[in-house]
Amino acid sequence: MADEATIDEICVTAIADGFRGDGEILCNPIGNVPVIAGRLAKATFESAMVMTDTVSVLAANTIPVGDPDAERLVEAWMPYRDLFDIVWSGRRHVVMGASQIDPYGNQNFAAIGDWKKPKAQLLGLRGAPGNLVNHTTSYWIPNHSIRSFVQKVDVVSGPGYDRVSELSDWIQSNHEIRQIVSNLGVLNFSNKEKRMQLVSHHPNVTVEEIISSTGFELLVPDNVKETRKPTEEELKLIREVIDPHDLRKAEFVKK
Amino acid sequence: MGCSSVEVVIDKKMTEMEVIEELTDGMTIGVGGWGSRRKPMSLIRAIARSNLKDLTIVSYGGPDIGLLCATGKVRKAIYGFVSLDSIPLEPHFRNAKQSGTIETSELDEGAFYLGLLAAAHRMPFYPTRAGLGSDMLEMNPEIKTIESPYKSGDGEKGEELVAIPALNLDVSLIHMNRSDSQGNGQFLGPDLYFDDLFAKAAKRTFMSCEKIVPTEDFLKEGSVHTLKIPRLFVDGVIEAPRGAHFTECPPDYGRDEAFQSEYAASAKDLQSWENFKQKYLETTSHQEYLKVVDSRTQTEENQNG
Repeated sequence: MADEATIDEICVTAIADGFRGDGEILCNPIGNVPVIAGRLAKATFESAMVMTDTVSVLAANTIPVGDPDAERLVEAWMPYRDLFDIVWSGRRHVVMGASQIDPYGNQNFAAIGDWKKPKAQLLGLRGAPGNLVNHTTSYWIPNHSIRSFVQKVDVVSGPGYDRVSELSDWIQSNHEIRQIVSNLGVLNFSNKEKRMQLVSHHPNVTVEEIISSTGFELLVPDNVKETRKPTEEELKLIREVIDPHDLRKAEFVKK
Repeated sequence: MGCSSVEVVIDKKMTEMEVIEELTDGMTIGVGGWGSRRKPMSLIRAIARSNLKDLTIVSYGGPDIGLLCATGKVRKAIYGFVSLDSIPLEPHFRNAKQSGTIETSELDEGAFYLGLLAAAHRMPFYPTRAGLGSDMLEMNPEIKTIESPYKSGDGEKGEELVAIPALNLDVSLIHMNRSDSQGNGQFLGPDLYFDDLFAKAAKRTFMSCEKIVPTEDFLKEGSVHTLKIPRLFVDGVIEAPRGAHFTECPPDYGRDEAFQSEYAASAKDLQSWENFKQKYLETTSHQEYLKVVDSRTQTEENQNG
């Protein structure tokens, strides 16, 4: 028996589960925890997905995070220009971060305050505007609080369901926010109103805690489950193969 | 050997200072590379030392935008992002943005590419869906939408698309691993980024390189696929060994992370910045700069030893 799964590992498998059924697309998580999750999904239940080495090639083998010298089984060259072709082809599922997210999934990682003269300049729009209108997106938010889950975001980098409902049929049929994984639970928009709802709470987290850490009215169905725990095989892959240096734990250090 | 060729007599070699003489206040300058990767830093530092002002910088930004903001050269920055990669937020750019001292045009990364492509193809715009639904259009009121002339059904409206205007550039600055003195450029690293488009989108392009080599030596180091910058898009060649320092320039060298940290820390307050500027930017040439950088490393090694 391996040691019991810790919160970082539960988040990894929750993010990985978001790729179920994706098939032969570019799995493109950004940041250590999402990358570990993507590589886990590819190494187990979604082997048809392709993934980058986070530099410039698609690597067929399972490579450890944070190891620039790890051996790569290169299956294609993927410079940034070609990455945009994949974005526009729709064959991509990205996992991005969010400094703020609202009830309809509008995401901000551009700036806090007025973008003209922000209190805090963050990453900028980056690829979010193009990603959201072209292919599936998920979010990873390691600091679930009323400051990150807000009624209204300061800047919309990635548009949510209310804004997209006013756009073309083409965009509506390509836009999908699959899920949000936070350090407290899993959320999605699988309801008629396309509003954020709670899907599961992580072990040792209560539904009440999630509600009080969310700055807007969250839809809470009756059947909120506990987020599943990783299997023995998954724990072994995470701990020994994909993240032997525990890089995933850095995002869970209490600040 | 083999090619009894027509001798090409073009020689585009020049120095950083000669490039500065070709630039004027208010110019729109494109900068190749990506974040803190293969940036033409010897040319950027030469601009930082010059009297140039009111520049518009167009870039997948890194320390090029940061350094020029910190030295007061930038009137406007047009970018897909500004990042130091291992340090996600560029602190000098943040200072400028948060104090409201620069104008900005922040674009989706892919939309930025289409703006360069339109300029390279001498088109007024290229259409995309990127920007619809996000705040990109509100942040860039000059960007218009158009209706697609191709309709999916009778009587229906064509799809609304964003018309990304051409990012026409007065000058582009790029850095290659190798070039010849005629202006052909070669990248030997994993990604060209958008350097060829920067060259094609500009009226004039100045290309620094790690090493100037004879044309016949190009294929000794890389395949024909690495020769993506033909001389017809290049106006000047500057030999600048370690010219991308402290950004990475593989396979010649990686990023100088220790130096990048020192650069980032200099954004903390005015005194830190003055110290950094005096030490590294007030050197008279790229060669002098490298001496100061190397003496710093040696001091560190002695202290560690």
